[in-house]
Amino acid sequence: MALTDKELKEIAYLARINVNQNIFPSLKKELQDILALFDELNNADTSDIEAMSHPLDLSQPTREDQVTEVNEREKLQKNAPLVKSGLFLVPKVIDGED
Amino acid sequence: MNNKDIWEPVIGLEIHVQLSTKSKLFSGASTDFGALPNTQACNIDLALPGVLPVLNEEVLRMAIMLGKALNANINSPTAFARKNYFYPDSPKGYQISQMDKPIVEDGYLDIETSKGKKRIGVTRAHLEEDAGKSLHEDFEGFSGIDLNRAGTPLLEIVSEPDIASPEEAVAYLKSIHSIIRYLDISDGNMAEGSMRCDANVSVRKKGEEILGTRTETKNVNSFRFVEKAIEYEIKRQIHQLESGNTITQETRLYDSQNNTTRPMRSKEFANDYRYFPEPDLLPVKLEKEFIEEVLTSMPEMPTQKKERFSTQFNLNEYDADLLSADKDFADFFEEVLKFSVSPKIAANWIMGELSAELNKENLNIKDTKVSSKMLGQLISRIEDSTISGKIAKDVFTKMWSTGKDVDTIIEEEGLKQVTDDKEIESLIDEVIQNNPEQLKQYQSGKDRLFGFFVGQVMKVSKGKANPQQVNDILKVKLEK
Repeated sequence: MALTDKELKEIAYLARINVNQNIFPSLKKELQDILALFDELNNADTSDIEAMSHPLDLSQPTREDQVTEVNEREKLQKNAPLVKSGLFLVPKVIDGED
Repeated sequence: MNNKDIWEPVIGLEIHVQLSTKSKLFSGASTDFGALPNTQACNIDLALPGVLPVLNEEVLRMAIMLGKALNANINSPTAFARKNYFYPDSPKGYQISQMDKPIVEDGYLDIETSKGKKRIGVTRAHLEEDAGKSLHEDFEGFSGIDLNRAGTPLLEIVSEPDIASPEEAVAYLKSIHSIIRYLDISDGNMAEGSMRCDANVSVRKKGEEILGTRTETKNVNSFRFVEKAIEYEIKRQIHQLESGNTITQETRLYDSQNNTTRPMRSKEFANDYRYFPEPDLLPVKLEKEFIEEVLTSMPEMPTQKKERFSTQFNLNEYDADLLSADKDFADFFEEVLKFSVSPKIAANWIMGELSAELNKENLNIKDTKVSSKMLGQLISRIEDSTISGKIAKDVFTKMWSTGKDVDTIIEEEGLKQVTDDKEIESLIDEVIQNNPEQLKQYQSGKDRLFGFFVGQVMKVSKGKANPQQVNDILKVKLEK
């Protein structure tokens, strides 16, 4: 599968990775090699195999609906670069996504 | 030809319902509303390295009940997936949601509008986590992030594009609202965001098979706004198409102040959420016994209640429908019936005088000033002929304003109905004596004057004479 520069840019944007255009040719080759592996997987006959969404054949354990966490805001915000009135501060973002 | 005859709208709704659990979907942090910022956001909600989500069992119960109420399949196993996007109010960089195996799938809901009954398909309902809140004001170029809401459980209910008018959209939304309130799985408060609605709208020429390009309108936070936003969007799209333009597939925001929708700023690249199975959570196998246990604990639903009201209490369709639509109203009605009063009369009082007073003061039935006990006793006093129905209305008004019970008011105001034959007879004699002219006319064949005499007797008794007895005795007296 051949990747275009535009697709490469888009993948980098979605992952929020700033990729230098200089390495596009080598990066493109690496990604294409990875995609080729998926093509190989796609070619395997899976008609008799049930799809699975997790390698372990177990059911997800659950917990009771109880509040078990206490307020640890002070401790948890120690790592934050900027805090004000209990809020984490981040560079301004207006565009909404759901 | 009117353009409404040419075009046909196609509408689908996505409804996010915030589930009223004590703790979050995947953490033991509290979901209480209104706490100080970030005091209910634990290390899991903050996505600190090394943490793992643990599923809240209560959300499974809630989803199963909703699925049953929507006549849908419950999927087992049901699996979680990651929806990837970057936004500061979602610290993980993805939202845990469901993709291929939503817990609820393939259901329907019957709604009723002025055009009759209609079945609306429900494609799916899936579990997912809510995001935190971003505050954009007052931080000098920064946004403030409060993650208290991050991880609060949501059920997203997706309808089929079966909705054909704004009226149907509101009926469907109200029906979903009624169900979640009956199940008590959410407070359903649209203004506070516990229930949020996005509308997918497109239009096409009547008779066409292919759907037109749709837009998604977000941010609609009341029943009325849902109707208005969809109405606006239909008109806008028809106007665009008739002017030779095309519709852009986009997300739009509803602006309730100007009653318009406007596009959200579009991005350089289209969203690509790159869903994949959530590796931190195993698929959930729902044991048969567990599902059965949940279903047996399920409360009666609006349609069942409506049917029971019409059969058990012999109410007509209209009354049964109105009384069962709101759970609190239905409960109030059944409380009143504990006083062994006629269901039909109780229904009339609740939907008549009581609703009128509630509306006048913009009160919820839970805040009513005349309790079910007070109303039950009032109706009993009509039925045992202590007071007439007419006087009961005045008594009701007094009960509402003073909070006193019916017997106190009857006593204080001397409103007890006159049922003593002798007493009524003397009232009648008095009236006949004072109206010789009318008596003559009546006896010479003017039958309609009977009503005049009844009226006069009621007037001298200040409305307290028993009307049936007045009728009977008057008839005998006038024929003499």
